[in-house]
Amino acid sequence: MSHAIIDTGDSRSFPTDHALLDGAVDDGEVVVIIGKGAGARLSEAPGDKVAVVVELGTECLGVHTGEAGGDEGSNVLGFARFRLGDSDPTDLVELVCQPNTAVEAIDAARAVFENAGLVVAVCNDFSGRIVDRLIRPYYNEALRQLDQGLASAKDMDLTLKLGLGYPEGPIELLQRTGLSHHYEVAQALFEAYGDPAYAPARRSRVAMLRGE
Amino acid sequence: MADIKTVGVAGAGTMGAGIAIVAARGGYETVNFDLQDDVLDDAHKQTAAFFGKSVERGKLTEEEVDTILGRMRRTTSLQDLSTCDVVIEAVFEDLDVKQKLFAGLNDICPAETIFATNTSTLSITEIAGPSGRDDRCVGTHFCLPAQLNRLVEMSPGLNTSDETFETAWAFCEAIGQIPVKTKDSPGFILNHFLIPFNNDVVRMIDAGVAEPADIDIAIKTALGYPLGPCELLDMVGMDTQRLVSEALHGASHDPRAACPALVKKMIAAARLGRKSGRGFFDYDGQAMFGA
Repeated sequence: MSHAIIDTGDSRSFPTDHALLDGAVDDGEVVVIIGKGAGARLSEAPGDKVAVVVELGTECLGVHTGEAGGDEGSNVLGFARFRLGDSDPTDLVELVCQPNTAVEAIDAARAVFENAGLVVAVCNDFSGRIVDRLIRPYYNEALRQLDQGLASAKDMDLTLKLGLGYPEGPIELLQRTGLSHHYEVAQALFEAYGDPAYAPARRSRVAMLRGE
Repeated sequence: MADIKTVGVAGAGTMGAGIAIVAARGGYETVNFDLQDDVLDDAHKQTAAFFGKSVERGKLTEEEVDTILGRMRRTTSLQDLSTCDVVIEAVFEDLDVKQKLFAGLNDICPAETIFATNTSTLSITEIAGPSGRDDRCVGTHFCLPAQLNRLVEMSPGLNTSDETFETAWAFCEAIGQIPVKTKDSPGFILNHFLIPFNNDVVRMIDAGVAEPADIDIAIKTALGYPLGPCELLDMVGMDTQRLVSEALHGASHDPRAACPALVKKMIAAARLGRKSGRGFFDYDGQAMFGA
Protein backbone atom coordinates (compact mmCIF):
# COMPACT_ATOMS: atom_id res chain seq x y z
CA MET A 1 0.00 0.00 0.00
CA SER A 2 1.66 3.24 -1.12
CA HIS A 3 1.21 6.52 0.66
CA ALA A 4 1.70 10.23 0.14
CA ILE A 5 2.49 12.78 2.82
CA ILE A 6 1.12 16.29 3.18
CA ASP A 7 3.35 17.98 5.74
CA THR A 8 1.86 21.10 7.34
CA GLY A 9 4.84 21.51 9.68
CA ASP A 10 5.57 21.03 13.39
CA SER A 11 4.37 17.44 13.53
CA ARG A 12 4.47 15.99 17.06
CA SER A 13 4.23 12.50 15.63
CA PHE A 14 7.08 12.84 13.14
CA PRO A 15 9.39 15.62 14.31
CA THR A 16 12.42 14.03 12.64
CA ASP A 17 13.24 11.61 9.83
CA HIS A 18 11.28 8.38 9.84
CA ALA A 19 10.66 5.45 7.52
CA LEU A 20 7.07 6.65 7.04
CA LEU A 21 8.30 9.95 5.61
CA ASP A 22 11.10 8.33 3.61
CA GLY A 23 8.73 5.84 2.02
CA ALA A 24 6.20 8.37 0.75
CA VAL A 25 5.42 8.78 -2.97
CA ASP A 26 3.67 11.61 -4.80
CA ASP A 27 0.48 9.75 -5.71
CA GLY A 28 0.05 7.24 -2.91
CA GLU A 29 -3.14 5.25 -2.37
CA VAL A 30 -3.29 6.57 1.19
CA VAL A 31 -2.72 10.21 2.11
CA VAL A 32 -1.20 10.97 5.51
CA ILE A 33 -1.53 14.60 6.58
CA ILE A 34 0.90 15.48 9.35
CA GLY A 35 1.62 18.58 11.37
CA LYS A 36 -0.17 21.04 13.60
CA GLY A 37 -2.45 22.24 10.83
CA ALA A 38 -3.29 18.80 9.48
CA GLY A 39 -7.03 19.00 10.04
CA ALA A 40 -7.32 22.32 8.21
CA ARG A 41 -5.71 20.79 5.11
CA LEU A 42 -8.09 17.84 4.93
CA SER A 43 -9.87 19.29 1.91
CA GLU A 44 -6.61 19.17 -0.08
CA ALA A 45 -6.58 15.36 -0.11
CA PRO A 46 -7.85 13.96 -3.41
CA GLY A 47 -11.26 12.32 -3.09
CA ASP A 48 -10.31 9.03 -4.73
CA LYS A 49 -7.94 7.77 -2.04
CA VAL A 50 -8.45 4.54 -0.13
CA ALA A 51 -7.79 6.40 3.10
CA VAL A 52 -6.91 9.88 4.28
CA VAL A 53 -5.27 9.94 7.70
CA VAL A 54 -5.08 13.19 9.65
CA GLU A 55 -2.72 13.83 12.54
CA LEU A 56 -4.61 14.82 15.68
CA GLY A 57 -3.61 16.72 18.78
CA THR A 58 -5.90 16.45 21.77
CA GLU A 59 -8.99 17.13 19.63
CA CYS A 60 -11.42 14.56 18.23
CA LEU A 61 -11.46 13.62 14.55
CA GLY A 62 -15.05 14.85 14.35
CA VAL A 63 -13.79 18.43 14.76
CA HIS A 64 -12.35 18.11 11.25
CA THR A 65 -14.84 15.80 9.55
CA GLY A 66 -18.06 16.96 11.15
CA GLU A 67 -20.46 14.51 12.77
CA ALA A 68 -23.85 13.14 11.71
CA GLY A 69 -25.83 11.89 14.67
CA GLY A 70 -23.75 8.74 15.10
CA ASP A 71 -23.62 7.88 11.39
CA GLU A 72 -20.41 9.75 10.65
CA GLY A 73 -17.52 7.95 9.02
CA SER A 74 -15.88 7.75 5.61
CA ASN A 75 -12.38 7.07 4.34
CA VAL A 76 -10.98 9.72 6.71
CA LEU A 77 -9.26 8.58 9.90
CA GLY A 78 -7.31 10.33 12.61
CA PHE A 79 -4.03 9.32 14.12
CA ALA A 80 -1.45 10.32 16.68
CA ARG A 81 1.86 8.75 17.46
CA PHE A 82 2.01 8.59 21.24
CA ARG A 83 4.57 10.85 22.78
CA LEU A 84 5.01 12.08 26.33
CA GLY A 85 6.03 15.72 26.47
CA ASP A 86 9.47 16.35 25.07
CA SER A 87 10.47 12.71 24.90
CA ASP A 88 10.88 10.97 21.55
CA PRO A 89 7.70 9.64 19.95
CA THR A 90 7.02 5.99 20.74
CA ASP A 91 6.24 3.36 18.12
CA LEU A 92 2.55 3.46 19.02
CA VAL A 93 0.10 4.91 16.53
CA GLU A 94 -3.43 5.34 17.80
CA LEU A 95 -5.63 5.10 14.74
CA VAL A 96 -8.95 6.88 15.22
CA CYS A 97 -12.15 5.68 13.55
CA GLN A 98 -15.74 6.84 13.48
CA PRO A 99 -18.81 4.60 13.59
CA ASN A 100 -19.03 4.21 9.81
CA THR A 101 -15.37 4.39 8.85
CA ALA A 102 -14.76 2.13 5.87
CA VAL A 103 -13.07 -1.13 6.83
CA GLU A 104 -10.80 -0.95 3.78
CA ALA A 105 -9.69 2.51 4.90
CA ILE A 106 -8.79 1.18 8.36
CA ASP A 107 -6.89 -1.75 6.85
CA ALA A 108 -5.02 0.49 4.41
CA ALA A 109 -4.05 3.03 7.05
CA ARG A 110 -2.93 0.27 9.39
CA ALA A 111 -0.78 -1.26 6.64
CA VAL A 112 0.92 2.06 5.89
CA PHE A 113 1.95 2.58 9.51
CA GLU A 114 2.92 -1.02 10.13
CA ASN A 115 5.03 -1.10 6.97
CA ALA A 116 6.95 1.83 8.44
CA GLY A 117 7.72 -0.20 11.58
CA LEU A 118 5.03 1.29 13.80
CA VAL A 119 2.53 -0.48 16.05
CA VAL A 120 -1.14 0.32 15.52
CA ALA A 121 -3.95 0.33 18.08
CA VAL A 122 -7.39 1.17 16.73
CA CYS A 123 -9.81 3.23 18.78
CA ASN A 124 -13.00 5.17 18.37
CA ASP A 125 -13.18 8.94 18.33
CA PHE A 126 -12.93 9.91 21.99
CA SER A 127 -10.83 12.66 23.55
CA GLY A 128 -7.58 11.24 24.84
CA ARG A 129 -7.96 8.16 22.65
CA ILE A 130 -6.62 5.17 24.64
CA VAL A 131 -3.39 6.04 26.40
CA ASP A 132 -3.96 9.62 27.51
CA ARG A 133 -7.46 8.77 28.64
CA LEU A 134 -6.04 6.08 30.92
CA ILE A 135 -2.81 7.55 32.19
CA ARG A 136 -3.73 11.16 32.92
CA PRO A 137 -5.90 10.32 35.97
CA TYR A 138 -3.10 8.05 37.18
CA TYR A 139 -0.45 10.75 36.79
CA ASN A 140 -2.70 13.35 38.42
CA GLU A 141 -3.26 11.04 41.34
CA ALA A 142 0.45 10.36 41.71
CA LEU A 143 1.13 14.10 41.88
CA ARG A 144 -1.72 14.65 44.35
CA GLN A 145 -0.54 11.82 46.56
CA LEU A 146 2.96 13.24 46.53
CA ASP A 147 1.46 16.46 47.91
CA GLN A 148 -0.56 14.54 50.49
CA GLY A 149 2.42 12.56 51.74
CA LEU A 150 1.33 9.05 50.76
CA ALA A 151 5.00 8.30 50.16
CA SER A 152 8.14 9.97 48.90
CA ALA A 153 8.56 10.31 45.15
CA LYS A 154 11.34 7.76 45.31
CA ASP A 155 9.24 5.19 47.19
CA MET A 156 6.22 5.77 44.97
CA ASP A 157 8.27 5.24 41.84
CA LEU A 158 10.10 2.24 43.30
CA THR A 159 6.83 0.60 44.36
CA LEU A 160 5.27 0.82 40.91
CA LYS A 161 8.44 -0.44 39.25
CA LEU A 162 8.97 -3.37 41.61
CA GLY A 163 5.32 -4.18 42.11
CA LEU A 164 4.10 -3.99 38.53
CA GLY A 165 7.25 -4.11 36.41
CA TYR A 166 6.74 -0.60 35.06
CA PRO A 167 9.97 0.65 33.49
CA GLU A 168 9.58 4.05 35.13
CA GLY A 169 7.63 5.42 38.07
CA PRO A 170 5.07 8.18 37.52
CA ILE A 171 6.95 10.99 39.21
CA GLU A 172 10.29 10.42 37.54
CA LEU A 173 8.51 9.95 34.21
CA LEU A 174 6.62 13.25 34.52
CA GLN A 175 9.73 15.09 35.58
CA ARG A 176 11.64 13.66 32.63
CA THR A 177 9.01 14.38 30.01
CA GLY A 178 7.67 17.69 31.33
CA LEU A 179 4.97 18.48 33.86
CA SER A 180 3.70 21.33 31.69
CA HIS A 181 2.87 18.92 28.91
CA HIS A 182 0.92 16.80 31.35
CA TYR A 183 -0.96 19.95 32.38
CA GLU A 184 -1.88 20.73 28.76
CA VAL A 185 -3.20 17.24 28.01
CA ALA A 186 -4.98 16.82 31.34
CA GLN A 187 -6.62 20.25 31.02
CA ALA A 188 -7.87 19.37 27.52
CA LEU A 189 -9.37 16.12 28.82
CA PHE A 190 -10.87 17.87 31.84
CA GLU A 191 -12.59 20.32 29.49
CA ALA A 192 -13.78 17.45 27.30
CA TYR A 193 -15.13 15.19 30.03
CA GLY A 194 -15.66 17.43 33.08
CA ASP A 195 -14.33 14.56 35.19
CA PRO A 196 -12.31 15.79 38.20
CA ALA A 197 -9.89 12.89 37.70
CA TYR A 198 -8.56 14.82 34.70
CA ALA A 199 -8.26 18.18 36.48
CA PRO A 200 -4.55 18.96 36.30
CA ALA A 201 -2.77 18.32 39.57
CA ARG A 202 -1.30 21.27 41.44
CA ARG A 203 2.30 20.43 40.64
CA SER A 204 1.61 20.40 36.92
CA ARG A 205 -0.17 23.77 37.17
CA VAL A 206 2.83 25.22 39.00
CA ALA A 207 5.14 23.90 36.28
CA MET A 208 2.91 25.38 33.58
CA LEU A 209 2.82 28.79 35.29
CA ARG A 210 6.58 28.75 35.58
CA GLY A 211 6.94 27.80 31.94
CA GLU A 212 8.82 24.63 32.80
CA MET B 1 18.17 -8.83 64.03
CA ALA B 2 18.91 -10.30 67.43
CA ASP B 3 15.34 -9.69 68.56
CA ILE B 4 13.61 -11.82 65.95
CA LYS B 5 14.30 -15.53 65.77
CA THR B 6 10.95 -17.13 65.07
CA VAL B 7 8.38 -15.89 62.59
CA GLY B 8 4.71 -16.78 62.61
CA VAL B 9 2.63 -16.55 59.47
CA ALA B 10 -1.13 -16.71 60.00
CA GLY B 11 -2.92 -17.95 56.92
CA ALA B 12 -1.59 -20.47 54.43
CA GLY B 13 -3.23 -19.27 51.25
CA THR B 14 -1.20 -18.04 48.31
CA MET B 15 0.12 -15.01 50.17
CA GLY B 16 0.70 -16.71 53.50
CA ALA B 17 2.55 -19.61 51.92
CA GLY B 18 4.70 -17.19 49.93
CA ILE B 19 5.54 -15.12 53.00
CA ALA B 20 6.46 -18.27 54.93
CA ILE B 21 8.83 -19.24 52.10
CA VAL B 22 10.47 -15.81 52.24
CA ALA B 23 10.90 -15.90 56.03
CA ALA B 24 12.33 -19.44 56.10
CA ARG B 25 14.59 -18.74 53.13
CA GLY B 26 15.78 -15.66 55.01
CA GLY B 27 17.03 -17.84 57.83
CA TYR B 28 14.18 -17.68 60.35
CA GLU B 29 12.34 -20.48 62.08
CA THR B 30 8.88 -20.19 60.57
CA VAL B 31 5.52 -21.43 61.80
CA ASN B 32 2.67 -21.33 59.31
CA PHE B 33 -0.75 -21.42 60.93
CA ASP B 34 -4.07 -22.07 59.26
CA LEU B 35 -7.34 -23.45 60.62
CA GLN B 36 -7.68 -25.82 57.68
CA ASP B 37 -5.43 -28.84 57.22
CA ASP B 38 -6.07 -29.01 53.49
CA VAL B 39 -4.98 -25.40 53.04
CA LEU B 40 -1.75 -26.18 54.88
CA ASP B 41 -1.25 -29.26 52.72
CA ASP B 42 -1.68 -27.19 49.58
CA ALA B 43 0.79 -24.65 50.94
CA HIS B 44 3.27 -27.43 51.58
CA LYS B 45 2.90 -28.67 48.00
CA GLN B 46 3.28 -25.13 46.68
CA THR B 47 6.41 -24.68 48.79
CA ALA B 48 7.95 -27.98 47.68
CA ALA B 49 7.23 -27.17 44.03
CA PHE B 50 8.74 -23.70 44.37
CA PHE B 51 11.95 -24.96 45.93
CA GLY B 52 12.09 -27.81 43.40
CA LYS B 53 12.21 -25.16 40.67
CA SER B 54 14.86 -23.25 42.64
CA VAL B 55 17.08 -26.34 42.59
CA GLU B 56 16.36 -26.98 38.89
CA ARG B 57 17.39 -23.45 38.05
CA GLY B 58 20.54 -23.67 40.15
CA LYS B 59 19.51 -20.96 42.57
CA LEU B 60 19.64 -23.27 45.57
CA THR B 61 21.21 -26.65 46.24
CA GLU B 62 19.21 -29.58 47.55
CA GLU B 63 21.06 -29.28 50.84
CA GLU B 64 20.10 -25.62 51.15
CA VAL B 65 16.49 -26.45 50.40
CA ASP B 66 16.51 -29.21 53.03
CA THR B 67 17.83 -26.70 55.55
CA ILE B 68 15.13 -24.17 54.65
CA LEU B 69 12.37 -26.76 54.79
CA GLY B 70 13.74 -27.86 58.15
CA ARG B 71 12.99 -24.38 59.45
CA MET B 72 9.34 -24.54 58.36
CA ARG B 73 6.54 -25.90 60.51
CA ARG B 74 2.79 -26.11 59.88
CA THR B 75 0.07 -26.01 62.46
CA THR B 76 -3.67 -25.71 62.91
CA SER B 77 -3.23 -24.53 66.50
CA LEU B 78 -3.01 -20.80 67.10
CA GLN B 79 -1.21 -21.60 70.34
CA ASP B 80 1.83 -22.66 68.31
CA LEU B 81 2.37 -19.00 67.39
CA SER B 82 2.87 -18.13 71.06
CA THR B 83 6.65 -18.40 70.81
CA CYS B 84 6.99 -16.15 67.77
CA ASP B 85 8.83 -12.83 67.83
CA VAL B 86 6.84 -11.50 64.91
CA VAL B 87 3.54 -12.75 63.50
CA ILE B 88 2.56 -11.73 59.98
CA GLU B 89 -1.10 -12.22 59.27
CA ALA B 90 -2.23 -13.06 55.74
CA VAL B 91 -5.77 -14.17 56.44
CA PHE B 92 -9.00 -13.23 54.65
CA GLU B 93 -9.23 -9.53 53.80
CA ASP B 94 -11.86 -8.72 56.39
CA LEU B 95 -11.43 -6.20 59.19
CA ASP B 96 -13.32 -8.22 61.78
CA VAL B 97 -11.38 -11.41 61.00
CA LYS B 98 -8.04 -9.64 61.28
CA GLN B 99 -8.99 -7.78 64.46
CA LYS B 100 -10.11 -10.99 66.13
CA LEU B 101 -6.94 -12.78 65.09
CA PHE B 102 -4.72 -10.08 66.59
CA ALA B 103 -6.80 -10.00 69.77
CA GLY B 104 -6.42 -13.77 70.07
CA LEU B 105 -2.69 -13.57 69.46
CA ASN B 106 -2.40 -10.81 72.05
CA ASP B 107 -3.62 -13.26 74.67
CA ILE B 108 -0.93 -15.86 73.94
CA CYS B 109 2.12 -14.02 72.58
CA PRO B 110 4.81 -12.31 74.66
CA ALA B 111 4.43 -8.57 75.09
CA GLU B 112 7.33 -7.82 72.76
CA THR B 113 5.96 -9.81 69.80
CA ILE B 114 5.27 -7.62 66.79
CA PHE B 115 2.04 -8.12 64.87
CA ALA B 116 2.30 -7.37 61.18
CA THR B 117 -0.59 -7.34 58.77
CA ASN B 118 -0.41 -8.14 55.09
CA THR B 119 -3.62 -6.26 54.36
CA SER B 120 -3.72 -4.69 50.92
CA THR B 121 -6.64 -2.33 51.40
CA LEU B 122 -7.63 -2.07 55.08
CA SER B 123 -6.38 0.45 57.62
CA ILE B 124 -3.45 -0.64 59.78
CA THR B 125 -4.73 1.59 62.56
CA GLU B 126 -8.19 0.00 62.47
CA ILE B 127 -6.79 -3.54 62.43
CA ALA B 128 -4.46 -2.68 65.31
CA GLY B 129 -7.03 -0.76 67.39
CA PRO B 130 -8.53 -3.62 69.43
CA SER B 131 -5.34 -5.73 69.45
CA GLY B 132 -4.23 -4.65 72.90
CA ARG B 133 -0.85 -3.65 71.47
CA ASP B 134 -1.48 -1.15 68.71
CA ASP B 135 1.95 0.36 69.29
CA ARG B 136 3.45 -2.97 68.23
CA CYS B 137 1.37 -3.44 65.07
CA VAL B 138 2.61 -2.53 61.62
CA GLY B 139 1.60 -2.96 58.00
CA THR B 140 3.78 -5.20 55.84
CA HIS B 141 2.11 -5.66 52.49
CA PHE B 142 4.00 -8.26 50.49
CA CYS B 143 3.29 -8.34 46.77
CA LEU B 144 2.13 -11.36 44.83
CA PRO B 145 3.94 -13.68 44.36
CA ALA B 146 5.66 -12.96 47.66
CA GLN B 147 8.40 -15.55 47.12
CA LEU B 148 9.45 -13.79 43.90
CA ASN B 149 8.50 -10.16 44.34
CA ARG B 150 10.81 -8.38 46.75
CA LEU B 151 8.59 -5.37 47.37
CA VAL B 152 7.02 -4.83 50.80
CA GLU B 153 4.87 -1.77 51.43
CA MET B 154 5.38 -0.85 55.08
CA SER B 155 2.95 1.39 56.89
CA PRO B 156 2.85 2.52 60.50
CA GLY B 157 -0.56 2.89 62.13
CA LEU B 158 -1.29 6.03 64.10
CA ASN B 159 0.01 4.47 67.31
CA THR B 160 2.81 2.30 65.90
CA SER B 161 6.00 3.03 67.82
CA ASP B 162 9.15 4.04 65.98
CA GLU B 163 10.92 1.07 67.50
CA THR B 164 8.33 -1.36 66.13
CA PHE B 165 8.49 0.16 62.67
CA GLU B 166 12.27 0.17 62.62
CA THR B 167 12.47 -3.43 63.83
CA ALA B 168 9.96 -4.59 61.23
CA TRP B 169 11.79 -2.63 58.52
CA ALA B 170 15.10 -4.25 59.47
CA PHE B 171 13.42 -7.66 59.51
CA CYS B 172 12.11 -7.11 55.96
CA GLU B 173 15.58 -6.22 54.80
CA ALA B 174 17.05 -9.20 56.65
CA ILE B 175 14.83 -11.62 54.72
CA GLY B 176 15.92 -10.07 51.45
CA GLN B 177 12.91 -7.89 50.72
CA ILE B 178 12.86 -4.24 49.65
CA PRO B 179 10.64 -2.19 51.97
CA VAL B 180 9.08 1.13 51.00
CA LYS B 181 7.31 3.41 53.45
CA THR B 182 3.73 4.49 52.84
CA LYS B 183 1.09 6.23 54.89
CA ASP B 184 -1.67 4.12 56.39
CA SER B 185 -3.93 4.96 53.49
CA PRO B 186 -6.43 2.77 51.58
CA GLY B 187 -4.59 0.61 49.05
CA PHE B 188 -1.22 2.02 50.17
CA ILE B 189 0.70 2.79 46.98
CA LEU B 190 0.30 -0.17 44.65
CA ASN B 191 -3.41 -0.86 44.96
CA HIS B 192 -4.23 2.81 45.38
CA PHE B 193 -3.07 3.29 41.81
CA LEU B 194 -3.69 -0.12 40.23
CA ILE B 195 -7.30 -0.82 41.21
CA PRO B 196 -8.75 2.46 39.88
CA PHE B 197 -6.54 2.21 36.77
CA ASN B 198 -7.89 -1.25 36.00
CA ASN B 199 -11.43 -0.04 36.61
CA ASP B 200 -10.83 2.82 34.18
CA VAL B 201 -9.77 0.24 31.61
CA VAL B 202 -12.96 -1.74 32.11
CA ARG B 203 -15.10 1.39 31.84
CA MET B 204 -13.25 2.35 28.68
CA ILE B 205 -14.11 -1.00 27.12
CA ASP B 206 -17.72 -0.65 28.23
CA ALA B 207 -17.84 2.82 26.67
CA GLY B 208 -16.68 1.44 23.33
CA VAL B 209 -13.45 3.41 23.17
CA ALA B 210 -11.39 0.42 22.04
CA GLU B 211 -11.21 -3.36 22.12
CA PRO B 212 -9.21 -5.06 24.91
CA ALA B 213 -6.50 -6.22 22.51
CA ASP B 214 -6.00 -2.68 21.20
CA ILE B 215 -5.86 -1.26 24.73
CA ASP B 216 -3.19 -3.80 25.68
CA ILE B 217 -1.13 -3.10 22.58
CA ALA B 218 -1.38 0.63 23.17
CA ILE B 219 -0.32 0.52 26.81
CA LYS B 220 2.53 -1.93 26.28
CA THR B 221 3.90 -0.10 23.25
CA ALA B 222 3.49 3.42 24.61
CA LEU B 223 4.64 2.84 28.17
CA GLY B 224 6.70 -0.34 28.10
CA TYR B 225 4.51 -2.13 30.64
CA PRO B 226 5.23 -5.86 30.67
CA LEU B 227 1.54 -6.77 30.59
CA GLY B 228 -1.47 -5.08 29.08
CA PRO B 229 -4.12 -4.13 31.62
CA CYS B 230 -6.66 -6.56 30.13
CA GLU B 231 -4.17 -9.43 30.30
CA LEU B 232 -3.49 -8.44 33.90
CA LEU B 233 -7.19 -8.28 34.75
CA ASP B 234 -7.68 -11.74 33.27
CA MET B 235 -4.89 -13.01 35.52
CA VAL B 236 -6.26 -11.25 38.60
CA GLY B 237 -9.77 -12.47 37.85
CA MET B 238 -12.96 -10.43 37.71
CA ASP B 239 -14.12 -11.84 41.04
CA THR B 240 -10.95 -10.62 42.71
CA GLN B 241 -11.16 -7.26 40.95
CA ARG B 242 -14.65 -6.87 42.35
CA LEU B 243 -13.52 -7.75 45.88
CA VAL B 244 -10.56 -5.39 45.90
CA SER B 245 -12.59 -2.62 44.27
CA GLU B 246 -15.32 -2.89 46.85
CA ALA B 247 -12.76 -2.95 49.67
CA LEU B 248 -10.90 0.07 48.34
CA HIS B 249 -14.06 1.98 47.47
CA GLY B 250 -15.47 1.25 50.90
CA ALA B 251 -12.40 2.75 52.49
CA SER B 252 -11.66 5.62 50.13
CA HIS B 253 -15.01 6.47 48.48
CA ASP B 254 -13.01 7.23 45.35
CA PRO B 255 -15.48 6.87 42.44
CA ARG B 256 -12.74 5.38 40.26
CA ALA B 257 -12.37 2.56 42.82
CA ALA B 258 -16.04 1.57 42.54
CA CYS B 259 -16.51 -1.78 40.84
CA PRO B 260 -17.53 -1.21 37.19
CA ALA B 261 -20.81 -2.67 35.97
CA LEU B 262 -19.01 -4.67 33.29
CA VAL B 263 -16.96 -6.52 35.92
CA LYS B 264 -20.19 -7.62 37.62
CA LYS B 265 -21.65 -8.70 34.29
CA MET B 266 -18.54 -10.68 33.42
CA ILE B 267 -18.72 -12.47 36.76
CA ALA B 268 -22.38 -13.31 36.12
CA ALA B 269 -21.41 -14.62 32.69
CA ALA B 270 -18.60 -16.77 34.17
CA ARG B 271 -16.01 -14.74 32.29
CA LEU B 272 -13.69 -14.49 35.27
CA GLY B 273 -10.46 -14.50 33.28
CA ARG B 274 -7.85 -17.22 33.05
CA LYS B 275 -9.30 -19.15 35.95
CA SER B 276 -12.55 -19.79 34.04
CA GLY B 277 -10.94 -20.04 30.60
CA ARG B 278 -12.48 -16.80 29.38
CA GLY B 279 -12.31 -13.18 30.37
CA PHE B 280 -11.42 -10.39 28.01
CA PHE B 281 -9.56 -13.08 26.07
CA ASP B 282 -10.06 -16.81 25.55
CA TYR B 283 -7.68 -19.28 27.20
CA ASP B 284 -8.68 -22.62 25.74
CA GLY B 285 -6.10 -25.18 26.71
CA GLN B 286 -3.87 -22.71 28.52
CA ALA B 287 -2.71 -23.30 32.05
CA MET B 288 -4.08 -21.07 34.78
CA PHE B 289 -1.71 -18.47 36.17
CA GLY B 290 -1.14 -18.42 39.89
CA ALA B 291 -3.63 -19.84 42.33
